[in-house]
Amino acid sequence: MADMMQFDLVSPERKLASGQVRAVQIPGADGDLTAMPEHAATITTLRPGVLTSEGPEGETRFVVTGGFAEITPQGTSVLAERAFPADAEGRAALDVILQEMRSKAANNSGPDKDALDKAADDLERAIASIS
Amino acid sequence: MPNLKDLKNRIASVKSTRKITKAMQMVAAAKLRRAQDAAEAARPYADKMADVVNGLAASVAGSETAPKLLAGTGSEQTHLLVVMTAERGLCGGFNSSIVKIARYRAEKLIKEGKTVKILTVGKKGREQLKRDLSAHLVDHVDLSEVKRVSYENAADISKKVFEMFDAGEFDVATIFYNRFESVISQVPTPKQIIPAVVPADAEADALYDYEPSEEAILEDLLPRSVTTQIFTALLENGASEQGARMSAMDNATRNAGDMIDKLTTEYNRSRQAAITKELIEIISGAEAL
Repeated sequence: MADMMQFDLVSPERKLASGQVRAVQIPGADGDLTAMPEHAATITTLRPGVLTSEGPEGETRFVVTGGFAEITPQGTSVLAERAFPADAEGRAALDVILQEMRSKAANNSGPDKDALDKAADDLERAIASIS
Repeated sequence: MPNLKDLKNRIASVKSTRKITKAMQMVAAAKLRRAQDAAEAARPYADKMADVVNGLAASVAGSETAPKLLAGTGSEQTHLLVVMTAERGLCGGFNSSIVKIARYRAEKLIKEGKTVKILTVGKKGREQLKRDLSAHLVDHVDLSEVKRVSYENAADISKKVFEMFDAGEFDVATIFYNRFESVISQVPTPKQIIPAVVPADAEADALYDYEPSEEAILEDLLPRSVTTQIFTALLENGASEQGARMSAMDNATRNAGDMIDKLTTEYNRSRQAAITKELIEIISGAEAL
């Protein structure tokens, strides 16, 4: 089917999703982008945010904390640093991570702190948008 | 002739040893399955990561902007050996086989006049290396409290490695671990992680667009790739450890069984000899009357 493509979402510890989808919305480091079949081959890094895949059974949402995505005309693979499904369980885990990031940011200074603060803000926004 | 009571005690003690080794074997078998599943689950990430990094590295390699993690520091004077072993013993040759290749490498490098630093992961390797290479041990990562290896454990190790690298404390880093081949075969493997090794046949991925830029992505990916390699090594090591323990305990159980058989035969013989002796005494006593 030309209007579907392969989508894989993996984290270092497990595979979270794999299957045929119509489109994937990816929180790229330079802004959100949507990958659809026949997308130009791209590799992008991710910022913390919500990743949405549109499969035959509707939309599935995940929150990723970073990583990168490889988009080819045939499919999209997202290699997330850490990824959680957007449900209550995932939320609880994300809240812990957010707190860790905040305290890490508070212990840092200079450009590191800005980057960490921004990542924490991004993550907070992502958590807010799924709840 | 061995004392009957002593023999009986020996048999009882070997029997309880057999019970313990049997239990350990079964525990290792259960843990092995989990460890293998974990290693398998981590494979897609590691494979994809290696693919992308190799493609990127091939297109950036040689350029002057190549990051240090890829191009190296320009020297090969100081080597960091990351020796990954288990926290526990009783797993056959698992720990000593890693230590053996690490020690061999260290001695070779020292002979060549290089500086060697050793970072140990796991207690057993440290204990063995402390004897003759204690001057080279720089740091140690303790995983004895860790029940299930997670990516964070690997991140802790790689953080230590990067801190040392950024401080210019070494030029080349190699990890030593046991690659899991099967339950009866684990292969001690050295693997260079810094600078990254690009396979000779890797082709540059010219067709990709990069966001933000090729260099920025590589800068972000290389540390991740090192951590992933350490993570993979930890998982392979975990599976290997359980596999090695399983076959070691299987052997021990079998040996204990053989020993029990031998001791039982000896016990029965001694018992019969004692009975025969008593009978002879009674009969010769009766005949003397």
